[in-house]
Amino acid sequence: MSKRTEGNVYTVLFAVGMVVVVGALLAFLASFFKPSIDENKRIEKQQNILYAMGVNENGESDVTFVSKDVVGETFNKYITQQLVIQGGNVSEDEKAYLIDIKKEQTLAKEGKDRRFPLFVGEKDGKKFYIAPIRGKGLWDAIWGYVGMDENMVVQGAYFDHKGETAGLGANIKLRFFMDDFIGEHLKKDGSFVGIKVSKSNNDPTNQDKMDNEVDAIAGATITGDGVSAMIKVELRNYVPYFENLKTN
Amino acid sequence: MGLLSKKDAKLITDPFADNNPITIQVLGICSALAITAELKASIVMSISVLFVMGVGNVVISLMRNIIPSKIRIIVQLIVVATLVIIVDLVLKAFAYELSKTLGAFIGLIITNCIIMGRFEAFALGNGPWRSFLDGIGNAVGYGVILIIVGFFRELLGSGTLLGIAVLGDPIKKTGLYAIGYENNGFMLLAPMALIVVGIIIWVQRSRNKALIEEH
Repeated sequence: MSKRTEGNVYTVLFAVGMVVVVGALLAFLASFFKPSIDENKRIEKQQNILYAMGVNENGESDVTFVSKDVVGETFNKYITQQLVIQGGNVSEDEKAYLIDIKKEQTLAKEGKDRRFPLFVGEKDGKKFYIAPIRGKGLWDAIWGYVGMDENMVVQGAYFDHKGETAGLGANIKLRFFMDDFIGEHLKKDGSFVGIKVSKSNNDPTNQDKMDNEVDAIAGATITGDGVSAMIKVELRNYVPYFENLKTN
Repeated sequence: MGLLSKKDAKLITDPFADNNPITIQVLGICSALAITAELKASIVMSISVLFVMGVGNVVISLMRNIIPSKIRIIVQLIVVATLVIIVDLVLKAFAYELSKTLGAFIGLIITNCIIMGRFEAFALGNGPWRSFLDGIGNAVGYGVILIIVGFFRELLGSGTLLGIAVLGDPIKKTGLYAIGYENNGFMLLAPMALIVVGIIIWVQRSRNKALIEEH
């Protein structure tokens, strides 16, 4: 090291210069890539929502979404209404799928009224109500979309996660787990109870759809509990909407 | 190797075998434990580290005469962090699915001690070309171990490779499972990565006795 690079003034100037250069570079790259990243996010959300109402290209045991090229039109074809529920009022909003659930949850924590998006889809003459959910797994966020009929019986579910353990908690996004939710009732005797990811249920092959339980993944207790919790906490908010549906 | 002088070639081949960053220098163990439950994650992590190490070593080497020594560690950290953010952005823009699977791990590259170790030990004192070779060499040495560990953990733990079932279907009891084979779920947990790395170290040292330390 030469003497020139040892002085305090030089050190401070170097630090300032480096921060400016790196900051500018990253800001430029972030805004340069933003359009394609946003587009990827839109595609993903639409694919997930469609998945939860059974519009997908699944094979026997894989998860295959509607392809990227057609997801936009497919979304417009199947999703007939995009609703936003806020403080008991229901309004239509065709950008509802862009609502960031994480931000809404923060709003609710601050005591403000949050928005609950709900997507109404129609396939083969049957109506689907798809709600986004979000919660905590073992390491980081987990989220998903649950498709229901008007009696709050699950018609399809898609789960995803940010950083659950590969091979254990990460398996919530595999078919063997997600498919167990199909047909499962969210209500018991008319009141909302959710669906529990249970390690001790008597029905590991999931024959009983009325027990409000699905079989847990071994070694992924906390992720599973997170799934139960987000279903219970988030979907509860949609109960009034479904009750209105019946009375109207 | 015609392209590289003997000394330069050693920079690539040494970390690959007899001076492997994981099995000999015992660096980068944390990520080797965390992400090797699946082969795919191992491969992508290796490629990302390859990029960060190669480019990072060159950047640090080019800056080696102007970096103030008092803040050199912070400067190194900024260089790694910048490169990691670039990797993350590029993956998000062009390989969104992959970036989601790897989400948390990409950030973990920053904490990979191999990178800081090579910056500090090599790039600060050597020219860009040699630093580049050193970076690539160490990243490959790291990647090879990661992929070997990932291969065995996914194969024995889940019975799949890159997500494709290779041993049959454990639920329908086909293939190997038909004769009573079971997946070893323990392989998916971090301690088994340590044991697999241990076995690799054992194999390596019994093949090359010079690596065994005298006490």
